[in-house]
Amino acid sequence: MYPPKFDYYRATSVDEALSLLQQHGDNAKLLAGGHSLIPLMKTRLAQPAVLIDIGRIDALKGIQVDGDTLRIGPLTTHADIAASEDVQGRAAALADAAGVVGDVQVRNRGTIGGNLAHADPASDLPAAVLALGGEIEVRGPNGSRTVAADDFFQGLFTTALGGDEIITAIRIPAGGGKRVSAYVKFPHPASGYAVVGVAAVLELDGQTITSARVAANGAFECAKRLTGAEQALAGATASDEAIAAAAQRAAEGFNADDFMSDIFASSEYRAHLLGVYTRRALQKALERA
Amino acid sequence: MHISLTVNGQPYTVDVEPRMLLVHVLRDVLDLTGTNVGCDTSQCGACTVIMDGRAVKSCTVLAVQADGSEILTIEGLAKDGELHPLQEAFWNNHGLQCGYCTPGMIMTAYYLLQTNPNPSEEEIRHGLEGNICRCTGYHNIVRAVQEAAQRM
Repeated sequence: MYPPKFDYYRATSVDEALSLLQQHGDNAKLLAGGHSLIPLMKTRLAQPAVLIDIGRIDALKGIQVDGDTLRIGPLTTHADIAASEDVQGRAAALADAAGVVGDVQVRNRGTIGGNLAHADPASDLPAAVLALGGEIEVRGPNGSRTVAADDFFQGLFTTALGGDEIITAIRIPAGGGKRVSAYVKFPHPASGYAVVGVAAVLELDGQTITSARVAANGAFECAKRLTGAEQALAGATASDEAIAAAAQRAAEGFNADDFMSDIFASSEYRAHLLGVYTRRALQKALERA
Repeated sequence: MHISLTVNGQPYTVDVEPRMLLVHVLRDVLDLTGTNVGCDTSQCGACTVIMDGRAVKSCTVLAVQADGSEILTIEGLAKDGELHPLQEAFWNNHGLQCGYCTPGMIMTAYYLLQTNPNPSEEEIRHGLEGNICRCTGYHNIVRAVQEAAQRM
């Protein structure tokens, strides 16, 4: 199955990629690992006239600890993120999520930047980045700006990234006090995509949960915070009771219409799974305390 | 567009359309038909090859993305007429039924053993999660990888 015809440009720098984007406008798509885009093109769900290959821009690769921030280049593969001790130690939920994307071969090619920009509702990384309070650094023709993950995911395959912009880094705050996190999902048995996946991040002071961020993907049209669960956890003592109370409130504030529904899982089932996987994510995070 | 590839140690320069997939260069241009196209949707792993040391699904890599890289395919495993230990172990353990998934299974197993020379059964099953045997002959595939791990 061949993708449709397109003109191919290989950018050697972010500046060159930006100027090619300017030149070709909405006809162009950026190509990173290609593990979302190429399958879409093969099935004709996407038919960009121009592909701008950014896969060789070394400045966009790699993981750095920059003071209290984990800085991840958008071209870093899921495999490298999952295997990184810096990520495992400072942002375990992200290492968990990267480690369960697709399969071995997909993780060897797929990139975090491509994954977040594509914003598949059933993808694993968005919930982890959202729960960890990540920031997406983007660059466009008018310079750089930083978008909080809270503002980045806007809907089905829709993000705050402009058509003339490129992600230049993903920043995860990793300083401060003791923080534990985890991501778990109920994978679709055939595709492996998240039917529901939950990331939980807890700040701890001794046995007290001082604050919590919990986010889910798979359940909704895009990754969303579970504020009911977060409120249940804030100030609570880390315990099975606190976890149960948070799981109970996982779907709080959402309507039945907010949940995705398809032939594999109804909205009711997804709402149920949201509670189950919130509990499991919290248990796994606290096991790391 | 002209691209350079080193496949199984042999350098090639080929002229490709940008939309051409790596698997089609291997099969249709270089005549290395050991690599199979299975699902063609990045799921089954039949098209797995090693690209710059990493297992990848060659149906989901544009040939232009592979420009300059080193590729290892199933044809590159046997040396001097001797089968690779993985190939022998698949033979010994009847690690195949119809055989269609086998080249991809072996290449992914090769990658697994490069990164984890002594995998547990669970690690083998996890390492092969991106390869589907439609005959469901997984038990013997796992046994074959276990034997190969001991012999390598």
